[in-house]
This record gives sequence, structure tokens and C-alpha cells, in this order.
Amino acid sequence: MNETILKVADVHTYIEQHHILQGVSFESQADAVTVLIGRNGAGKSTALKTVMGLLPAAEGKITYRGKEIQKSKPYQIARMGIGFVPEHMGIFAELTVEENMRVAMLVEDDATARRLERILGMFSALKKFWKSKAGTLSGGQKQMLAIARAIVNDTSLLLIDEPSKGLAPIIVDMVIDSINQIKERSVVVLVEQNFHMASSVGDDYFILDDGRVVHSGRVEELVQNEELQSRYLGISKVED
Amino acid sequence: MAENIFKRWNQELTLAGAGILLLLPLLAIQPKTYLTLTIAGLAMGMLLFLVASGVSIIFGLMDVLNFAHGALFAWGAYVGFSVFQLLMKWVEADSVLQNLAVFLTAMVAAMITVAILGIILERVVVRRVYGNHLFQILITFGATIVLVELIRVFWGPNDEVTTVPLTFSGNWDIMDVIVSRYRIICIFLGAIVYGVIQLILKKTKLGTIVRAGVEDRDMVQAMGHNIYLLFTGVFAVGAGLAALGGVAMSIFSLQVYPDMGGTYLLFAFIVVIIGGLGSVTGSLVGALIVGLSYNYVAYLVPWAAAGVNVLIMIIILLIRPTGLFQAGK
Repeated sequence: MNETILKVADVHTYIEQHHILQGVSFESQADAVTVLIGRNGAGKSTALKTVMGLLPAAEGKITYRGKEIQKSKPYQIARMGIGFVPEHMGIFAELTVEENMRVAMLVEDDATARRLERILGMFSALKKFWKSKAGTLSGGQKQMLAIARAIVNDTSLLLIDEPSKGLAPIIVDMVIDSINQIKERSVVVLVEQNFHMASSVGDDYFILDDGRVVHSGRVEELVQNEELQSRYLGISKVED
Repeated sequence: MAENIFKRWNQELTLAGAGILLLLPLLAIQPKTYLTLTIAGLAMGMLLFLVASGVSIIFGLMDVLNFAHGALFAWGAYVGFSVFQLLMKWVEADSVLQNLAVFLTAMVAAMITVAILGIILERVVVRRVYGNHLFQILITFGATIVLVELIRVFWGPNDEVTTVPLTFSGNWDIMDVIVSRYRIICIFLGAIVYGVIQLILKKTKLGTIVRAGVEDRDMVQAMGHNIYLLFTGVFAVGAGLAALGGVAMSIFSLQVYPDMGGTYLLFAFIVVIIGGLGSVTGSLVGALIVGLSYNYVAYLVPWAAAGVNVLIMIIILLIRPTGLFQAGK
């Protein structure tokens, strides 16, 4: 039986006077990648930021492993084992790759050292540019660093916001590979507009539109449903 | 890549231009007088650095415009003055060790007292107005009035004369160049403080987190670090630096008075605008430019001394509105 790791129930979020999330509900199960998809401005990134505590939930409940977290501070949420990769990647450009990783490490023990070794095996470019300023990395390398930072601790839930944005197709495939590796150890909630990526890594999907979840189900069903893709994701099949 | 090269060039050219401008007075001043003025300028610059670095760090990490920094500086000066009064025998003793002991005691006492004041100020006043510069200016200006009035309550409204520890006073005559002993001490003090700050920022994890916080506070929080605790710590360190500057400056100027913070706060803002808000190295370079140019111009064209720093600030604002150095450097 699948365990619910994250449960977002009827959450409302405001940014200044704008009512962005208007009762969003979704769940993330253990051993699954949950994908939040939808058009620009649908509220996907806001949903992740609200889970992370970076935006306050005005109403509703967010439960992580059975514990309510909607009133917790971002640093408390991170210390519960939730990693976050924002849309803009949040790289500290003036710090070296090593310093970026050190800031991310909450404990510097043997277990962290082993995780770091595994991560550097997965993202070998980071090892190569270990002493370089993160601002000098390419877009793909920055994305690798952002993901590496988020999983260097004992992360059990990883929130990733549009990791494919602005990346070349070959780099997107690398990111897909890395998420497929990460999902063996952590639960992943992915915000993605790139349908190729969403369908390559996702298990469950939730479509957001105008701050509400309008559809949900298994990703393989969404792949088959062209009408749903066309209506909410703006994907249309090219006629032969 | 090309953009980075141009940025670096721009910065190096600006610094080279500043260097040439600082050598220009040699055309009109005798070399020995120039050396004396340079040492005076470096000492003044280092003292201004102690005040300005606190303003710069607090703004760089916390995005807080702290107008109460001048009042914290004055508090530091008064606490140091009280320590000197209590240990006057050591101040007047013809012993380097006793003079050094009273100087260090005054600095430590001032830094601890004012750091505690800084913590109270951040927790009670500043925390309520994060993210709103107008309210920050108004509320810290209000805090300044309270802090200055408290100085009048505890120490009285009159100016007080401070004393230079005996072995720190007087001059050295090095090959006909007159060098004030206390000015040399100030130069060393500024250099040590700069070195310690850089060491903490560059070589410790806490310093790395602070530098990361200057770039992206939300991300530092999302990585599990309590940014508010960090803010309080940084505010306390900034206040402590103001106090250190207050003690050193009061001995330099031989007086303390309740409103003394206002004068130096103006200098501090000029320094951080020139050097770049949020940059410790920028504060050092800006302070040295201000200190040196003030002394050269005061010798050559005394009436223009006060205006030259404003002029430099305007030129820097026109060339590089963000200051000579980037935040976090």
C-alpha cells in the first residue's frame, strides 16, 4: 500500500492582493514522482513555494508525513528533510561550487560525505568545477548544482520547479536521468511545463489551471488523452 | 564571459583612476608633507571603515537601512570613555602594556554593550519593518533620538574630553616625516578588523552562509538555515563594529558628545555609496578614498575639504551607481 508523504488540502495563497492558489489540493505518494503541470500563471510554482513555507498559506492544510507544516518556517521545513530546487535555481553565483554545497550541508558527517560522493558521481561536472564560481557554470551545470544541493542532506521529499527550463534537449535528458535516479531514494514533486520531461519521469499528475487543480490521475493516462493535453497544456498533435 | 571581462576592466580602471587622483596632490605638496597627510588620511579612512563596514554588512545581508548606526557609534564612544575614566591610572601610566590593556578593555566593553543594544534594537524595532525602506529610515531615526537622549541621561548633555593613553600620544619622527603614533595604531586596528572580517566571511561556514544570504535570503532559508537568527547576529556584529569605531574615533578626536554619531554616519553613508553597499572590501576602499582625499584637500584648499567627498560620491554614482564593489565581496 502506498503511503501519503505530502498532502496539500484546500490551500489558498495570496501574493500581495492577488489570490493565486484558490483551494489547491494534491497528494504525493511514497515511491512516486508527482507532477504538477499547467500553463504559465496556473499557480504551480506558488504551490511549491507554499509547501516550502516561502509563501504563507492563508487557508488550508499542508501535511508532511502526518505533521502539519503550513505554519512552519522555511528553515524548519527544510530540516524535516524537504529539499527545494526553485525555478531560477537559486545558485549563489559569487560562491564556488564547493561553497554552494557546504551551505547546503546541514551536517558534515560520514553519511553526508558518502552522499556527496554519490552525487559527484552522478554530476561529474560539479567535481570538475569544484573550486570555480557557480556564476561561471553553464545553465545545465547550474541545474545540476541546484539539484545536488537539494539532495546532499538526508532528503526524503524533493520539490523541483521546472528543471528543464531554458536547457538544451540533451541536457534535459541528463536531468531526466538524474531525477530517475533520485526517485529511488526520495519522493519527488515536480513542476514542469515540458511534457516530454513530465511524461518521462512522472507517475501521478495534477493539472493546475487558474489556481485550482482541474484534473488528476496517472501520467500514462494523460499521455493517451490528447483532448486533455490540448485543453489544459496547449499541446496539439501535428497532422501527418 | 565578455560581460565579466568588461565588468572587471571597469572596476580596475576606476580603481586605477582613483589611485592616480590620489597621487596628483604630489604635484602641489612636498613629498614629506604628502607622506604625513597620507598617514593621517589612512588613519581617518580606517576609522571610517570601522563605522561604514557595519552599515554595509547590515544593508547587504538584511536589506536594512540602519540610521541608528550613528547613535550606536556614540554609545560605543561613551562606554569607552567610561572605561577610561574608571581606569585612568592605566591610561596615564607610562607603560605600553597598561595602555594597551585599557585600550582593549574599552573596546571589548563597548563592543559587548553596543552589540547587546543592537540585538534589542533588531528584535524590538527593526524586525517589524523588514522589506520596507521608508519605515526602516523612520523607525531607526526614532531609535536614534531615544539612544542619544539616553546618552544625555546617563552621561550628561555636555561634551567630554577624552584622553589618549600616554604611550599612544605624541609623534615619531622618521627621516623628517612626522608620524602620529595613534594614527599608526588606527591604521593597524582597521587592517586587523578587515582581516578578521574577511577571514570569517571567506574561511568559515558561518561566513559562507552570510555571503550566500547576501545573494539570496530565501534560498538560504530553504536550505535549513534560520535567517532571522543570522540577521540578529549580523546586526549585533554591525553594532559592535560601530562601537569599536566610536572608541577609536573618540580618542582620535579627543572628545565625546551625544550627537557625535550624526557626523560620522554621514561619512559612513558616503563611504558605502562609493564602495558599494554590502561589500566589506568596498567599504575599506571607499573609506580610504574618503580619508585620503579629505586630508589632501584640507591641506591644499581647506574650504573645499567637506565638499570633496560629496563630489567623489557624485562621480562614482554617475560612473557606477552600485559602487566600486559588488555586494558579498
